[in-house]
Amino acid sequence: MGADGLGQRVLRKEDRRFITGKSRYTDDIAVARATHAVFVRSPYAHARIRNIDASEALAMPGVHAVLTGKDFAEDKLGSLICGWMIHSKDGTPMKVGAHPSIAADTVKHVGDQVAVVIADTREQARDAAEKVAVDYEELPAVIDPVKAMEPGAPQIHPEAPNNHIFTWPIGDEAATDAAFKDAAHVVKIDVVNNRLIPNAIEPRAALAVYDEAEESYTLYNTTQNPHVARLVLSAFVGVAPEHKLRVVGPDVGGGFGSKIYVYPEETVCLWASKKVGRPVRWTAERTESFLTDAHARDHVTHAEMAFDADHRIIGFKVNTIANIGAYMQIFSSVTPTYLYGTLLSGQYDMKNIYCEVTAVYTNTNCVDAYRGAGRPEATYLLERLIEKAAREMGVDRVELRRKNFIKSFPHQTPVIMNYDSGDFDALIEKALELADYKGLPARKEEAKTRGKLRGLGFSTYIEACGLAPSAAVGSLGAGVGQWESAEVRVNPTGNVEVLTGSHSHGQGHETVFAQLIADRLGIGVENVQIVHGDTDKVQFGMGTYGSRSGPVGLNAIHKALEKVEAKAKKIAAHLMEAAEDDIVIEGGKLKVAGTDKELSFGEVSLAAYTAHNLPQGIEPGLKEGAFYDPINFTFPSGCHVCEVEVDPDTGHTEIVKFTAVDDFGNIMNPMIVEGQVHGGLTQGIGQAMFEGCIYDKETGQLLTGSYMDYCMPRAADVPSYTLGHSTTVCPSNPLGLKGCGEAGAIGSPPSVINAIIDATGSDNIAMPATPERVWRAIHG
Amino acid sequence: MPKVTMSVNGRQVSGECEDRTLLVHFLRENLGLTGTHVGCDTSQCGACVVHVDGLAVKSCTMLAAQADGSNVTTIEGLAKGDELHPMQAAFREHHGLQCGFCTPGMIMAGIDIVNRKGGPNLDEKTVREELEGNICRCTGYHNIVKAILDANAKMSGAQAAE
Repeated sequence: MGADGLGQRVLRKEDRRFITGKSRYTDDIAVARATHAVFVRSPYAHARIRNIDASEALAMPGVHAVLTGKDFAEDKLGSLICGWMIHSKDGTPMKVGAHPSIAADTVKHVGDQVAVVIADTREQARDAAEKVAVDYEELPAVIDPVKAMEPGAPQIHPEAPNNHIFTWPIGDEAATDAAFKDAAHVVKIDVVNNRLIPNAIEPRAALAVYDEAEESYTLYNTTQNPHVARLVLSAFVGVAPEHKLRVVGPDVGGGFGSKIYVYPEETVCLWASKKVGRPVRWTAERTESFLTDAHARDHVTHAEMAFDADHRIIGFKVNTIANIGAYMQIFSSVTPTYLYGTLLSGQYDMKNIYCEVTAVYTNTNCVDAYRGAGRPEATYLLERLIEKAAREMGVDRVELRRKNFIKSFPHQTPVIMNYDSGDFDALIEKALELADYKGLPARKEEAKTRGKLRGLGFSTYIEACGLAPSAAVGSLGAGVGQWESAEVRVNPTGNVEVLTGSHSHGQGHETVFAQLIADRLGIGVENVQIVHGDTDKVQFGMGTYGSRSGPVGLNAIHKALEKVEAKAKKIAAHLMEAAEDDIVIEGGKLKVAGTDKELSFGEVSLAAYTAHNLPQGIEPGLKEGAFYDPINFTFPSGCHVCEVEVDPDTGHTEIVKFTAVDDFGNIMNPMIVEGQVHGGLTQGIGQAMFEGCIYDKETGQLLTGSYMDYCMPRAADVPSYTLGHSTTVCPSNPLGLKGCGEAGAIGSPPSVINAIIDATGSDNIAMPATPERVWRAIHG
Repeated sequence: MPKVTMSVNGRQVSGECEDRTLLVHFLRENLGLTGTHVGCDTSQCGACVVHVDGLAVKSCTMLAAQADGSNVTTIEGLAKGDELHPMQAAFREHHGLQCGFCTPGMIMAGIDIVNRKGGPNLDEKTVREELEGNICRCTGYHNIVKAILDANAKMSGAQAAE
C-alpha cells in the first residue's frame, strides 16, 4: 500500500486554494454585466397580498425590474415540489399545498418572498426594495403544531384541511398493544426535539446567466446536488428545458442538508435573467438565511416503552407531531417518517414497535432534512427513554443497554430495516474504557468538594445511511433513484480524471476519492483530478447528503475502476503476449503472474490511446463509466459518552470530556473521518446546549433571526474530543464503507442531556439546556 | 464618489466607492480579493477578518473610507510565492478546515492570537477563548485549535503545546 493509499491520513489536495484565498464560492464568481437581486419579504406570518405598488422603486437609479408572484404565475411556471409521497394510515395520499417561488395571493411565513428587485448594484436593489409598497391584509397565524390542528385554527393551505398533511403509521399496533398488556414495567416520556437552523457559514447564493444566442441558462448555485436541482428546475418548475440548463455547484461553504433543496431564489434568478437580459446575482444576508434556509427537527413526542420482569424491552409505542412549516420541500415528508420511524429500534432487539407521525403545516419557515435528518430525533427519544427506564427500574444503565442489544446479524427490525452488521457490545466496551467510566464516582466526589455537580451520560445509536437503494426507496415513495454515477478516465499520459455525481462541500472528496484511484493505479493523489458539481461535465448524479458519498459515490468509482482494470488487463496481456487470466494488478502495475514481466498503468493507457497494437475487437481509449445502486442501506453505529460539570449556583454546564466510539465500517482516510465526527458532535452539542429557533407564538415573528439571538457553539463552548473506532465491515458494498457524516450529530444530543440529568438528579431538562433551564431543574 | 487609497498586501491601491461601502466589499468587489468572506450581517461570524495596520479587524465593521491610508493584509497576502505562512501550513497539516469558508478569517484571527498572546505559555484554553469572534460550522474547532497551537510553536520557536 502506497503513501496515498487507503486507510492513510493523506492531507487534503483541495486545501491549498482554501487557505490561500483562491477558492471560488458562488458569490466570488465574476461575470460581465451582472445585476443584483434583492427580495421583498413578508413581515407577517400570514397575510393576504392586496396590492403591490412598485412604481416608486422602478423609478429609482439602476433599477431594471420589479417582479412579483403575478408575473411568475403569468409565465406559467410551476410549483416547487416535495420529492417523496407518504400515505396516511387510512390510505389517502399526503395533502400538499402549492409552494410558489414568489407568493402571489397569500404569504405563509415571515420572510416569504413577495417581489424581487433587479438593479445594477446590490445597494441600489436594496434601496429600491425598501420602496416597494405591499398592501397586506394580516390574517391570523398559527405557530404551534398542536394548536394548528385544533378546530378553528387558521388554515394555511386549502389542500390540507385542519393543516393536516398526513398521519403515517409504522409497525404493528395490535401486537404492540398486546405486548403492553404483559408488561412488568411501563416507562413513559414526553420530549420536544427543538427546532434548529442549519447555519452553513456561507450564505446561500445564486448567479443565473441566460445566453440569448444559445437560448440556454447557467446557474451557479450553493447546492449539494446540481443534477437534482437541474431536474427539478426543468421538469417541475419548467424554467428551462433540461438540456438547455447547466447547474454548477462550485466551492460550497458547508451544507449540512440545508443546500440539498431547490429554493425559490434560484428559480427566480433564472427566470429573471431572461426577463432583464442580464445575469442576475443574489446572495443571502444572514438574516435571510435564518428566515428561509430550511429549518430542522421540531418534534413533539409522547412515547411509552414496556419491559418484562427481566428488564427486556417487549414493546415501544411512539406518537410524534412533526411541524413541517409553511410549505413542503424535497425531503419534508420523508424526514419525520422513513428516516425516523424506521430507526426507532436503535441498537435494541425489540419485537414490537408502533409509531404514528402526524405532520402539520404552521406559519413558520419550512422544516426539512438537516445533518442526521430524522435519526437524531429517533435516537434522542430512544436514549432518553432507556436512561429513564434504568433509573425508574433501578438497574444499571449500561447493563440495561447490554441486555437489550442486538447480538447477531443480519437483524430484521419490526420497522423495515435489516441491519447488516455491527458489534454494539464492543462499542460500549471501548467507550467505557476511553471515558474511564470506572473512575466516575471518584470524579463526582472530587467535583463535590469544589461545589460542582458532575455527571455522565450515554447514548448509543444506529443510523441508516448511504441513501439508496433505488428499488427500496422507490417502494417507500421516493420520486427519484438513489444510485450514484462515476466515470474514470485514464489519460494517455497516465494521469486520471474522475467524474462523480457526488458533490463535495467540505467533506474532502477530492482527496478521499483520489486515494482510491491512487491506491489501485499506483500513482500519487496529485495525479488524480476529481471533477464534480457541474452538470455540463458530469452526466448525472444524485449529490451529497445522508452520508452517501462514501458508501454510494465511492463505490460507483470502484465499479468504474473495475471496468478500467478489466480492459487494461486485456491490453496488457496482448502487449506482453500473455494469457489474460495470468495478468494481475499489484501496486499499480500490470504483471504477468510468476514472471518479471510488467507494465505500468501509464504504459497501458498510452498503448490504449495510440491504438497501434490492441487486441482484436478492443476499442481504443481507457475510460469507463458506471452507475452503482447498492443492495441495502448502510448502518453505522456508535456509543457516545458525555461528562459534564454543572455549577448549581448558576446552572452553567461545562462539557469536561466527550468520548465518541463509532463503527463506520472500513475507513478510507482516518483524518477526514475524525474531522467529520468533530463537526457532527459540535452540531449535536449545539442542539443539546445552545441552539433553538424561536418564533413568537402569537405573531410568528422569528425571534432568533441573527447570530446575536441564535446561539451558535463557539470554540470555548466545546472540548477537544476523544474518539475511538470499533469496526465491523459493511457487507453490502464492495469497499465495506458505512458513512460517517451525520453520526456526531445523531449520537451526541442525548448523551449531553443524560449527563446533565445524571449530574443534577432532575430529568426535567429540555434542549437546549440553557443555564436558566438547568438552574430551574436543580432548584425546582 | 470619494476615492480611498490604501496598501493592500504590500501594493498601493486606490478606488472610488460610496461612503457606505464596507472594507470587505471594497476588497472583494473593487479589488477582486474574494478570499475575505461575508458570513453574517452582525459582525459575529468572523469570516471577514483581515489585518489593518497589523491588528485583526472584522472588515464588515469598518468602512472602506476608515481604512484610507492604512496597511491592509488579507488572506491572499500571507504566502510568499509557493511558501505558505506557518499558520496556513498548520491549518492544512492538522485538517483545520473543511468547507473552507470560515478559514481565511480563522487563519487571520489565529495569526493575531499568536502575535498578541503567542509564546511557550499559549494554551488550548486561551486559544479557545480568543476564538470567540469566529464561528466554524464544520470542524468542531478541535483541529483549528491544534493548528493554531502548532503554528504558535513554529512562529515563536516554542515547544508545541500538546
